[in-house]
Amino acid sequence: MELFKNTNYDFLGKKWPFIIASLVLTVAGFASIAMQGGLRMGIDFKGGALMTAKFAYPPPLDKIRAAFAKSGKIKGDVSVQDFRDPQAKNEVEIGTELVEEKQLNLNRQAMEEVLAATFGQPGSNKLDFSNASEPALADRLRDALGRANVPMSEQQLHKLAQDILNYRDTPPRSGIITDFTQLSSVPGMNSAIINTLQQECYLAPYHVLQTQMVGPKVGAELRNKAVYATLYALGGMLVYIAFRFEWIYGLGAVIACFHDTLITIGLFSLFHEEISMTVIAALLTLVGYSMNDTIVIFDRIRENLKFSRREPLESVMNRAVNQTLSRTIMTSGLTFLTVIALFIWGGPVLHSFSFALVCGIIVGTYSSVFIASPIVLFWHNYTDKRPKTAPAGATVRRGEQATPKAPAKAAK
Amino acid sequence: MKKNLTARSVIIVVTMLICVFGIIDFPKSGAELVNNFNKNIRLGLDLKGGSHLLLEIQVQQAVKADADQTAERLKEELRKQNISWASMDTSDVATVADADNVTLTIKGVPATQSSAFRSMVGERYPNYILTALNSTDYTMKLKPSDLLDLKSDTVKRAVDTIGNRIDQLGLAEKSVQQYGAAGSKYEVLVQLPGVDDPARARELIGTAAVLEICDVKEGPFQSREAALAQKGGILPLGTRLVKMKPRGTGEGEQWFLVGKTPVITGREMRNARAGQDEFRKWETNFNLSQDGGRRFGRFTEANIGNRLAVVLDNQIVSVATIQSKIEDSGRITGLGSEEEAVDLSRYLRSGSLPAGVQYLEERSIGPSLGADSIHQGIIAGIAGLVAVIVVMLVYYKRSGVNAVLALALNTVILLAAVSYFHAVLTLPGIAGIILTIGMAVDSNVLIFERIREELRTGKSVIAAVDTGFSKAWWTIVDTHVTTVVSCAFLFLFGEGPVKGFAVTLVIGLIANVFTAVFVSKTIFDYELSHTRQLQELSI
Repeated sequence: MELFKNTNYDFLGKKWPFIIASLVLTVAGFASIAMQGGLRMGIDFKGGALMTAKFAYPPPLDKIRAAFAKSGKIKGDVSVQDFRDPQAKNEVEIGTELVEEKQLNLNRQAMEEVLAATFGQPGSNKLDFSNASEPALADRLRDALGRANVPMSEQQLHKLAQDILNYRDTPPRSGIITDFTQLSSVPGMNSAIINTLQQECYLAPYHVLQTQMVGPKVGAELRNKAVYATLYALGGMLVYIAFRFEWIYGLGAVIACFHDTLITIGLFSLFHEEISMTVIAALLTLVGYSMNDTIVIFDRIRENLKFSRREPLESVMNRAVNQTLSRTIMTSGLTFLTVIALFIWGGPVLHSFSFALVCGIIVGTYSSVFIASPIVLFWHNYTDKRPKTAPAGATVRRGEQATPKAPAKAAK
Repeated sequence: MKKNLTARSVIIVVTMLICVFGIIDFPKSGAELVNNFNKNIRLGLDLKGGSHLLLEIQVQQAVKADADQTAERLKEELRKQNISWASMDTSDVATVADADNVTLTIKGVPATQSSAFRSMVGERYPNYILTALNSTDYTMKLKPSDLLDLKSDTVKRAVDTIGNRIDQLGLAEKSVQQYGAAGSKYEVLVQLPGVDDPARARELIGTAAVLEICDVKEGPFQSREAALAQKGGILPLGTRLVKMKPRGTGEGEQWFLVGKTPVITGREMRNARAGQDEFRKWETNFNLSQDGGRRFGRFTEANIGNRLAVVLDNQIVSVATIQSKIEDSGRITGLGSEEEAVDLSRYLRSGSLPAGVQYLEERSIGPSLGADSIHQGIIAGIAGLVAVIVVMLVYYKRSGVNAVLALALNTVILLAAVSYFHAVLTLPGIAGIILTIGMAVDSNVLIFERIREELRTGKSVIAAVDTGFSKAWWTIVDTHVTTVVSCAFLFLFGEGPVKGFAVTLVIGLIANVFTAVFVSKTIFDYELSHTRQLQELSI
């Protein structure tokens, strides 16, 4: 089966609609960023404290907000929102804003306390089973089991506690069980132990999945690192390509990558997605991937130029693009398939990451054809047009170069 | 023409075996296979659950404490030499940046005594720089090199102490290490896999370790119950039962009845070190502060022949007999070995945190989130893999099988490299593996498309395959190098999860150069060598 045998589309002739489309998208992205007052930053760059909790039922966002507002323990704004990823069922994200480190630590502890006060059973003497750690559970059970005449060595106790918690944490329960009898399938379980659990513990309706706190110092550092990594990566690639091809090809490739990054960020803003350190990782991967595409086309152009010195650059480029079209579509298609799988099934933690990859692959593929090559084309046409309009005193050397400059250097 | 087919096949098979071994060793059962896999592929905090804490050691407190101590000693000296002064202050400190500005200000030294003062300070406190503000007022500041030493020593001791304390959690895998450029940053990174109760970890780290020397009333007892039984069920007033820190295995417990109020605490101890006495027996020497020394002197004078216990964080680390009055320096004798003496001196030195800590960053991930993430990552990976395999087989027919084999080997090599390099697999790392699948296939696509083109120009099958591979080679190198460059910077600038992603992607791409070119070519050659005249290639 072959889809693109000997095609002959005039890609570079039709470049204008795509360039205009790119410009429109870029402007739309910037407009969106401007209107929303900046990009949505994740905690990595924004700083602050963040707690993700999973509820046994759809979380009552208003009730949670009210609880935090009433408690007065936390200085600054508290944001409460749920996740848009369908795999994050009943999960809620509670965030406090960035303040200096000491206060931030207090805020973070206060978040746990307010949740416990609102949804837990702080008055009772029981252990919160949904949020217990292994040592806490073992401690609690040790004396209680002794009193219930269930013989157990220290080692057995720890293993039992660990097994119970493992059972609680694996999907589909993922931290929430609704009844202690669900634990009967845990190895070593019996009804006496379940009774003890019922007496000593209660099941809070929420389970804290993760907490994060990023102080202003670390936030600033991460922002710097993100910027440096991006700049250095782009720079490194420019150097490598300028080394393997002519410098204008390097510039064209870098501009195309830059364009990809800008549009992807714009799309992030348009779709209200969050930017975190992993998103930067995705963006840099995209830059690498877009370079790949561009290089494949440039390689072909260089190879074709070796054999056709008289042909105008535009038609050589067109031929190169057509020849590599099959490969480009296949590769993009296959990579796109894997990335879409990540986006659909990869879960909420990777959501922004896979979104960046999905957008980036689409944009990256078309930028190699419709942005990178035209730039090189424009440049060569511009520099080659000048001798024709130059005054009589133009050097002979310039006049001789009626054909593109590329061949001389392409034979490297 | 065999074209070294055997040699190449052997290389490939051996590589495969080495990789498989790296991932699952030689399992004898299904359960062992899973076990070995889990042992060799280490999961990052975001998949296993755990805590990641970044602390900043408040070195300015240690510098100020040093200045305070110097002030005390200076006052004694001035008194001895009959030099009067009006006031002595050390500057206040708030943030780490203040550490460099700690100054001891002495005011009111009479101008007539200034030369005596200067020479005394120069002699006794050579690591301080004395500056005269005017004829009667002076400031003293630590010399820059000494200041630097003090700050980095503080951080090292803090790392030691925090490490000791975290040990109490009994974790198998943990790490406490200095973070950031030494000399300009005073940060410590604590990573505790499996500890999803950061409050407990913070408690342990933040507690000022209590080091006390208490007088021993009675003991040793075999157990807490035995001790209580002997005392008739109630402890005498002002005493408490403390357990001896277990050393090694096979020893029973030992409990002692000690005084509740310590005679001296770690705050009064300075400079402990291990040494040997005249009989070549090991002992630990320590110095005491003025105040501590006086108190200790009075106590030891009155208790010669009795025992005292060194209690660290509510566990006895050593019991010794008082041999004579101890005032400003003392020795703890009766230690069994060099290790004991060194241990004890280490406890005395680093028993308490030299300075406070402030938390800069904290991430704690519960194990349920990790389990969820792994689950989702695996599903996404399988979905992507299946999609890619189907497309490759449909589009390239039998040659697609070639590509799929190369892809499988690529993944195996990738996992093996993760295992051999002890790299840590994070969630973005899994995403990196999935992405590698997509990108790895790219190399095969490049080669196959080229082969198709060459076949179209009428070349023979063998020639087309050869040309396809050789022409595509440089393009493959170019594309891989650029992505590797990108990932190299990610690795340098990224942390934890992002680093994991960069690592898996880079390893995957490098492995890909091997599998897509070397392995694929070998498979093609193998196929072609089996038929005399291949008119058509299934591609």
